[in-house]
This record gives sequence, C-alpha cells and structure tokens, in this order.
Amino acid sequence: MMDDFSTLIGGIAGDGINEAGVTVARLFNRLGFRIFMYYDYPSLIRGGHNFSVVRASKQNVGACVDQIDVLIALNQDTVEMHKWRLGDGSFVIYDADRVKADGIKQRSCGIPVTQILKDEGALPVMKNTCILGGFCRVAGIEWSVLKDVLLKHIPKKVEQNLRVARRGYDSAVELCRVERSTPSQDQVALPVMTGNQAICLGLIKAGLGAYVAYPMTPSSSLLDFMARLAPDFGLKVVHPENEIAVILMAQGFAYAGIKAAVGTSGGGFCLMTEGVSLAGMAENPVVIVVSQRTGPSTGLPTYTAQGDLHFVLNAGQGEFPRFVVSPGDAADAYYWSGIAMNMAWKYQTPAFILSDKVTSESLYSLDAAGDVLEEEPSLWDGQGRYSRYSHTKTGVSALAFPPQKGQVIKADSYVHDEFGITTEDPKITKEMNDKRLKKGRSMAEDLDRYETVKVFGEETSKTALLCWGSNKGVCIEAARKFGLKAIQVLVLSPFPEAKLKHALEGVHRLIAVECNSTAQLARLVGLYGIKTHDWILKYDGRPFSLDDLQANLGRVLG
Amino acid sequence: MNPKDLATYAKNTWCPGCGNFSILNAMRAVLAELDGEGYPIENVVLVSGIGCHAKIVDYLNVNSFYSIHGRTLPVATAIKLANPDLKVICFSGDGDSLSEGLDHLVFAAKRNIDITLILHDNRVFGLTTGQYTPTSPKGFKGKSTPQGSDELPMNPPELMLACGATYIARGYTHGIDLLQRLFREAVLHKGFSFVDVLQVCVSYFNMYEAYNKRTYEVKGNDTGSFKEAQRIIRSWNYDGGETLIPLGKFYEIDAPRLDQAFLGARPKDLDRHSKVKMLLENFI
Ligand SMILES: Cc1ncc(C[n+]2csc(CCOP(=O)(O)OP(=O)(O)O)c2C)c(N)n1
Ligand code: SF4
Ligand SMILES: [Mg+2]
Repeated sequence: MMDDFSTLIGGIAGDGINEAGVTVARLFNRLGFRIFMYYDYPSLIRGGHNFSVVRASKQNVGACVDQIDVLIALNQDTVEMHKWRLGDGSFVIYDADRVKADGIKQRSCGIPVTQILKDEGALPVMKNTCILGGFCRVAGIEWSVLKDVLLKHIPKKVEQNLRVARRGYDSAVELCRVERSTPSQDQVALPVMTGNQAICLGLIKAGLGAYVAYPMTPSSSLLDFMARLAPDFGLKVVHPENEIAVILMAQGFAYAGIKAAVGTSGGGFCLMTEGVSLAGMAENPVVIVVSQRTGPSTGLPTYTAQGDLHFVLNAGQGEFPRFVVSPGDAADAYYWSGIAMNMAWKYQTPAFILSDKVTSESLYSLDAAGDVLEEEPSLWDGQGRYSRYSHTKTGVSALAFPPQKGQVIKADSYVHDEFGITTEDPKITKEMNDKRLKKGRSMAEDLDRYETVKVFGEETSKTALLCWGSNKGVCIEAARKFGLKAIQVLVLSPFPEAKLKHALEGVHRLIAVECNSTAQLARLVGLYGIKTHDWILKYDGRPFSLDDLQANLGRVLG
Repeated sequence: MNPKDLATYAKNTWCPGCGNFSILNAMRAVLAELDGEGYPIENVVLVSGIGCHAKIVDYLNVNSFYSIHGRTLPVATAIKLANPDLKVICFSGDGDSLSEGLDHLVFAAKRNIDITLILHDNRVFGLTTGQYTPTSPKGFKGKSTPQGSDELPMNPPELMLACGATYIARGYTHGIDLLQRLFREAVLHKGFSFVDVLQVCVSYFNMYEAYNKRTYEVKGNDTGSFKEAQRIIRSWNYDGGETLIPLGKFYEIDAPRLDQAFLGARPKDLDRHSKVKMLLENFI
C-alpha cells in the first residue's frame, strides 16, 4: 500500500499533457487519494516540453516532491529531462514507437501507441488514452476505474476511446510485471479542480452576475470557464478591447446593480490601476482577480511568482480601503472568493483575490472549509431623498440602482458631497476621506469572524514558517516534517494584525517563505513590528518542491 | 416636466460664453420632453469623462456616473448591458474620446451598442488650459505646441462611419434648434449614435466667427447611404481653411446591436447553491 504516489506525464505542447494529467488525477481521486497536480508548460502552442506532475496522497497536498514513482513519456525529451527524478523502485511507461528506453535502469514498459492508434483508426489525440490504459495496468488500477473516468469525462468518441485505452491496458500486461499497489478506499472522493475553477464557483455562489476580462495567463482560464458557465447562471461575460475597459465595465455593471468580477495578471492589472482608484473614490464594488506570474513586464508568462503583493496592496492613486485575500489552494479559493464578493459589496470597495500561476492552474482536491453564501449589501430603504454617499456610522452608504422613480443616483470620481455632486470644499474633502477610511475599519471588524490567519503544523513550536498564497501546501508539509509551526496569512488587507500576533505567541524564530526576491510579506509584517529572522526565497518561476524547501530549511536551521 | 426641474444646486463653473451651455440647455430640453413621451427621466443615465465638458453631469439632476478621463464608453456599455431599459448618454471631449479613450470609441461603434455619445468638440484641451487635440487644425498654437502642431487633424465622423456607428451627425453650439433636434434623434436611435458638436471654447480656441461663416446645414441628403455620408463627411477635414462645414444628420441605419445579444436574462429562480453543488459533482 502506498500513501503517496507521484506520476509525471510529459510530451510536447499539443499532446494534451494537461488533460492527461487531469485524467491521472481523477483516477487517483476515485481511489480515495487527495490530489495536487502541477502543470508546467512553456509559452508556445506546438512543440516544446510540457509536463504534469500528479501527486496523490492520503492527506491533503499542495506541493510536489522531486522523486516520482511513475514517469509516462510520450517523447524522448521527457525521459531525458526527468530521469533524474526516478528512484530505484520507480518505473517508466513510454510510447514504444517514439521513445528509446535503452538508458533507463528502472523497470519500464513500452506501449506500442502508434500501432494501436493505427489499428483502431484513432486520432493522434487518443495516444493519451492509450498510454493511460497502460499506466493503469502497470500501477495496478482496476480497468473499471479507468472506464468510469473515461465515460464520465471524455464524452466524445466513447467507444473508440475505450477500445484504445483497453488495448493500452492489455499491452501493458503483456510487456511488464509491476506489482499492483492497493490504494486506500477510506476517503470519499472530492471534486478535483483548479484554483481558477474554484474561484469562479466561489464568486458565482456569492451572486456574481457579470465577468469581464481580457485574456492573460494565468488568469485566462477564469474567462474560459465563466464563458462556459454563462448560460447556466445567466452570467454576462464580456471580453472587451483591453483591461482599462475591463475594470471600467465592471463598475458600469456595479452601478446598475450587477455584481461583477474581473480577472487578469500583472501586466493587465497595470492598466487597471486608474480604474481601481475610481472604484475607491466612487465606492463602486468590484472583485479583481490578479493571478501573478513571473515579472517584471512580460516576464515568464506561464510560470509563477509572488511579486505583486505590494503592487496590489497599493495600486491606484490616493488612499482608500480595499480587501485583499490570497488563497493557498482550491479550497481557500472557493471559500474566500465568496467572501471577497461579499466584502466588495458590503463595503463598496475593490476586493482582490491575489492568486498565482500555481494556485490558479494547479489541480487540487476541493476540501472546502464551508459554504459562503451571498450576503445582502446595504440597500436603500426607499425613504426620503436618496443620497448615494450619505454619511453613516459604518461609513457605508446605502446602495440604490437606476431606475428609481423620483430619485437621482450620482456616482462621481471627483471629491463629491453626499448627493454625489463634485466639490472642492476642504471640509467635505476631509469628511468624505474619513468616511471611506471608516469603511475600511468596519470591514476589518467584520472580518474578525473569519480565520484570516491560519496555523498548521506543530502549534507549540518556537520556530514558525510564515507564508501566503500557493506556498501554503509546501510549508504545511515541511513544517510537519521538521516539527515546526506554519502560519498562513490569508487576508493581507485589512491587515489581520491582532490575529497574526496571536498566532506568533511563543514563536522566537520566524522564517518567511516566498516566491519573490525581496520577501514582500516579510516587509509587510515588518510594518506591524513583526520581525522575520530568515527568508527562504525562490524566484526562478518554479514553485518550491517539498525537497527544495526541506533543503533550504536544513540550511537555515543548520 | 419643465427643463428647469432638471437643474441642480451645483455652481456652474464654465467660462461665460462657453459653448457647453448650449449643449446643457439642448439636452435638458430634450430629456424633459422625452420624459413626457414614455421615456421617464429615472431611466436615463448620463456618463461623462473628465474635462470641461464632463461637468455637465453635475448640472443635470439626472442619474449619472462621472467617470475618469477617456472612460465614458466602457462604463456606459456595461450599464446598458446590465439593464437594457436604461437610456445611456455619454458626454465626452475631443481629448477624452479621441485621445485618451479612442480605443473605446472605436469599439463602441464596432459593437453598435445602443448608447449615445455627445462629443463636445472644442478642438482643444479646455480643462488643462489649452493644448492641441486630435481635431485641432495643423499649425494650432497650443501650450504644448507653441510653434504650431505638426499633425493633421482626425475626422471623427469619418472614423465613426468606418467603425460601424449607425447614427452620425454634427451640430454647432450656436444653433440650439438643430442641436436639440440631433440630440433627440440620437437618443431615440437604436444603436450607437455619435453627435460631433462643434463647441466653441471662448478661452482657448474661439472659432465663433469662423464657424458662423463656414457652417451650413445639409438637407435632403440620403442618410441611409454610406457613400453619400462619406462624401459629405469628407467635404471638411477639420482644417483651418475656408472650406464649408456641413452640419446635420449624415447617416442613420438600422443594424444588429451588442445589447440585443446580451438579452439572455438570468434564469428565473436561479438557485445558485444547488446548481453549484451539482456542478461540483462533475469534478469528481
Ligand atoms: C489619465 C488622465 N490624464 C490626464 C488628465 C488631465 N486632464 C484633465 S481634462 C484633460 C483634457 C480635457 O480635454 P477634453 O477631453 O477635450 O475636454 P475639454 O476640457 O476640452 O472639455 C486632461 C488631459 C486626467 N484627468 N486624467
Ligand atoms: S475653457 Fe473653454 S471649454 Fe472650458 S469652460 Fe472655458 S470656454 Fe468652456
Ligand atoms: Mg476639448
């Protein structure tokens, strides 16, 4: 019985490596494993080298390990580039018509993929199905499990897919004898999805009515998924001329009473900043998903980074409150996206979901913390004359949407009075600034009921890892191995100072783990008098593997 | 409704003699009139950019979204997509829509979204005190071009015709009757309507006398003909010479609109909770 099983499948772009990885993930999911899949691909459409690493474990996982148990190679490059990951007990499955396995010391199994496809008159895209048939046999996964997964998820050309898979399955039996592993059956299967898909569903549950975006990796799959869901949920999905239009359109929707979200990555977000400031001033609710990739500028479009924390915290001229949450996996993404939508509307501010390539595009078992439902914003009661920016105790003015008979609803980017008419009066200028800041304090109080800072690992340890976003998974695991505490800061604005300080009680040594070169969270907590003693930073576009972090921790803890 | 009912308490800060007053008065009259004809005022939303022109929304007691420089159209587009019952009218400047926000203007016309854009075309940056814009004539001596601008002006109605706008007209701020007529037509038009208003800026580009001499109203033209519209529009290229300047309606056709494609309303009794639950099943 194996508790932890890693499979790498690699080939060229166009081979459908992502989908193949997803199928592997689904197979393990059916067997009761928890899943993490990292998909690595260069920014090109055909050729190059793509690979998916699927880690299946008895526990929730959010990171890869260097060593893999099975290597599935659709081409020679995959073998050459990844053979260093093979252990003595690992094995290799390859397309025997395209890969020479001479150099492989481990047990290996060639599947005559090309021949099978030819015999079955199948399209080249079916080579995945074929080799995965072989994989199942080799890994000891029952045929029925593969059949169920294919029937459910590959609805096109079912019969042919099944035949091709079965041939792959059967040919593996004939070619090699690898012991079957018997994975556990004691956990129920969870939905397996990417962080971006989880963000979409979280937003939709909290009342999303419109999604506006201009494609940019790693946020584009949000747009794809929203567009597909649009008919089911009556979403208005718009892909306009550029990101400036995107963020302005979202506010047009908000003005008319429709909950809107936008999604982008750093470059697109640069274009949005004037709109973010507008949302701050005119008090337009808007949810902004920023999925980070390696920067600056075009950087590495398909690789990860955590380089935009301070950019997002400070984007837009002037001072105004904002909500910023950085989910660490799909479960966080699902849960907190709904909260982000609620915060945007309850406090009429921009609300950010700060993701990155890893959280956005990796596949996770969705072990959701709970259900977030749509919360009603403060709506005008219909009494007296409506004033869009009337003063209240919380700073939040009631919303009304046109048409309202006999009433006028005025939103304004200039300094304005309560009714929404432009003014340059110094007293009103200050009062309105105070009003907006008051909303930030009200939001902070409201957030007290949520776990904005999470503690994992050895709670009594005097040494803690400090992380945010996609480093959650790797930090939790490393902390468990080293007997350390791991602290995940989920909400970055309004900053959960008290909760973080509480989590840090008894901690004498704090180690920041970040995917950037300047330790941005460490800098942020420093503003609250919290000292980080060591930084473990990675900024080559790739996420920490568990081994990377362990090696670094070993060095730091010496 | 009396047009006076549409005034606000905001202090008007336009220069005395500014052409913007005519635009304000003409639009106020049109909105008051339409209110009595089945287009209730609460269904109107005004969207403005930033510039002297944009102040108009503070002077009209009507729903409004005072946006940022160059960004009237994306806001207006979304408001219309959100609620097709609303009449959405943009007030924009030549700097606003032709410089800072040109991309949005091209796309609004391309989409033929059912909104109206009134271009306060004073051919100068008013609020930033006198720089050349895309419609200033070549040789225009502004603060950023003290030796005279080297660029030829752009012809906005021609651009709109090429991009797919379905109502194109030109007015002049010293001709309030025509202005009112064009505004009314533009607001009632189904599709993207564009009115280029030659707006006199008394402080930085006073074309009052030149326009009085050179403008004329086109009459009896075939407004359904692209070719004829193009010919009339091209007869004046915003140069500084003696060419006559046509005013009036140049073009009006009926064409499919983006807002029609978005009518698919939300499913009734949408139970998001159970629907998402069902969707999650598909991910197992
Ligand atoms: C992003 C941005 N850039 C520059 C400005 C400064 N600005 C304010 S109004 C204006 C030009 C206005 O010209 P126009 O749109 O023609 O309006 P007018 O004042 O002539 O009516 C500029 C550049 C601004 N507000 N925002
Ligand atoms: S500067 Fe020109 S456009 Fe602006 S208010 Fe004065 S006259 Fe009118
Ligand atoms: Mg101007």
